[in-house]
Amino acid sequence: MIWVDTIVQGILLGGLYALFAAGLSLVFGIMRLVNLAHGDLIVMGAYLILVLVTLLGLSPFIAVLIAMPIMFALGWGLQKFLLNRTLGDDILPPLLVTFGLSIVLQNALLEGFTADSQRLPTDALTTASVQVGTISLGVMPLLTFASAILVIIGLNQLFYRTSLGRAFRATSDDPVTASLMGIKPANIFAVATGIAMIIVTIAALYLGLRSNFDPNIGPARLIYAFEAVIIGGLGSLWGTLVGGIIIGVAQTVGAAINPEWQILAGHIAFLVVLLIRPRGLFPRAHD
Amino acid sequence: MAYTVRTRTRASGIAAIIGAAIVLALVFLPLFASRSLIQDMFLILTMLVLAQFWNLLAGYGGLVSIGQQAFVGMGAYTLFGVVILGGIDPVAAILFSGLGALIIAIPTAFFAFRLNGAYFAIGTWVIAEVVRLLVAQWKTLGGGTGTSLPREATRDMWFVPTVETLLGVRSAAARDILAYWLALALAVATIGGIYWLLRTRRGLALAAVRDNIEAAKSVGVDAVRMKWIVFLTSAFGTGLTGGLIYMQKARISPDAAFSVTDWTAYVIFIVVIGGIGTIEGPILGVLIFFALQSLLADFGSWYLMTLGVLAITIMLVAPRGLWGLLSERTGLHLFPVRRQLVAPKPSET
Repeated sequence: MIWVDTIVQGILLGGLYALFAAGLSLVFGIMRLVNLAHGDLIVMGAYLILVLVTLLGLSPFIAVLIAMPIMFALGWGLQKFLLNRTLGDDILPPLLVTFGLSIVLQNALLEGFTADSQRLPTDALTTASVQVGTISLGVMPLLTFASAILVIIGLNQLFYRTSLGRAFRATSDDPVTASLMGIKPANIFAVATGIAMIIVTIAALYLGLRSNFDPNIGPARLIYAFEAVIIGGLGSLWGTLVGGIIIGVAQTVGAAINPEWQILAGHIAFLVVLLIRPRGLFPRAHD
Repeated sequence: MAYTVRTRTRASGIAAIIGAAIVLALVFLPLFASRSLIQDMFLILTMLVLAQFWNLLAGYGGLVSIGQQAFVGMGAYTLFGVVILGGIDPVAAILFSGLGALIIAIPTAFFAFRLNGAYFAIGTWVIAEVVRLLVAQWKTLGGGTGTSLPREATRDMWFVPTVETLLGVRSAAARDILAYWLALALAVATIGGIYWLLRTRRGLALAAVRDNIEAAKSVGVDAVRMKWIVFLTSAFGTGLTGGLIYMQKARISPDAAFSVTDWTAYVIFIVVIGGIGTIEGPILGVLIFFALQSLLADFGSWYLMTLGVLAITIMLVAPRGLWGLLSERTGLHLFPVRRQLVAPKPSET
């Protein structure tokens, strides 16, 4: 029975990793840009929520609603004024600029908030649990998982049901032709990064509620997100969720065997998938 | 009609003479320099070697690795392993460092080459993390807390007694001087070796793969083989440097030896600021890096922030770095690799 419990906890943890990964996947899917500062942006989001909670005395769930438009604006500006200038055939500029951004963000957070680990204030809801059969499930992990599913459904609706989504897909396929149809790729990219930052904010909320965070944990979140995206197959959001779940289960099972193996087990699961299915479990037909 | 191909220029001839003079001066530096200057120079030289190898990977091979710390750490841990468990002299053990890194590099390449472009970058990072976590499980070498080189091994290290009597210094200072000389030799060999490689047929093939992989393949360049050669060479050199750095430190822990900031972020910033895809760039970059470090030494994280902002700005404004800017304006190449076709003078025909 303890194994069933471990696996269920792992699946729920996968929801958190899928939330980390969804923003990364969205940005890559539309503009082929891998943002190496993604993890640090999640951590920054968590600090933003923390500041709002402390300054205005709000509940984290209200604070996140204020943080979302701020993060959207930030992502929009970041893409419009910095990252758009790096896009092109050469892969070096986007990689090196976002890597530099990652180091700058980490050290700016370190300067502003010190290296002390922080946590968003929890209330009765965040520590509550429900009993399902013999397994006790935390409300927080369930909420995280449900949010991940809602985010993925929301993104899929956005992609396939709205004119903005059509513009996203068109720009992703062929920015030059899309621009002939009156779409400005630079603006579409800015909006896409803005939306990715809204997802980052949701991920940041759960990161901050579920565990401690400090300025240095960003890169590890980026790596989990990346592994989930690759396992799922590039461009498939449901695949990303499955990827997150695989990492999550591998980590909880690894931790159950030996606590020191938790992180290692997740990475090894990733390498095994890469070995057997180099293009991920649910690859898109092309690219 | 005897056309000849040449790469040498007038500037490169002068540069070679000045370079030789600088190297000669650096060889004799320990005769009059303070111990702290020798330690600083050791850091500069080792960072320069790491930067040259990352530049070979990213600037010439198009392989942007964020996992160089895997090879530094593995090289360092191999050195500690063969010294502590095998009783081998630390100086000789440096060679094993290169081999240790090479052993890790083969499976790394096998996995990472399955990923393209940007994903290759994070892939190498993941593998570096895996190696760090595995090494932290190695209890005989101190596990997660690390270990030190045994006193006997560092005291009786090869050449140290000779340096002691030759320069009349204490054992600890003699070790630093020895490490400095080894770093100098490694730096000269690295720059010379990379320059030689770039001037051979393989170097031409490498540049062709970087500029246009499809075109290179169509004229018979084996692109995959070039990638392997560059990746393994860079891993070997990075491992050697890692071994040397930790021979000098004589104390190791997984978090320090596999630090992404120390062994990859700094190195990337040095190359990007100096000029990616040139041999001169990392040399210029490492000098700027240390100048900034001594200026901003008291400001902690502001230093890294400044470096990051500088690297981002340079990547956007002058993607070929400061050396690229200089060389564009003046046409100066200290290590020319461009082949020029020289026509015979009209009087000779």
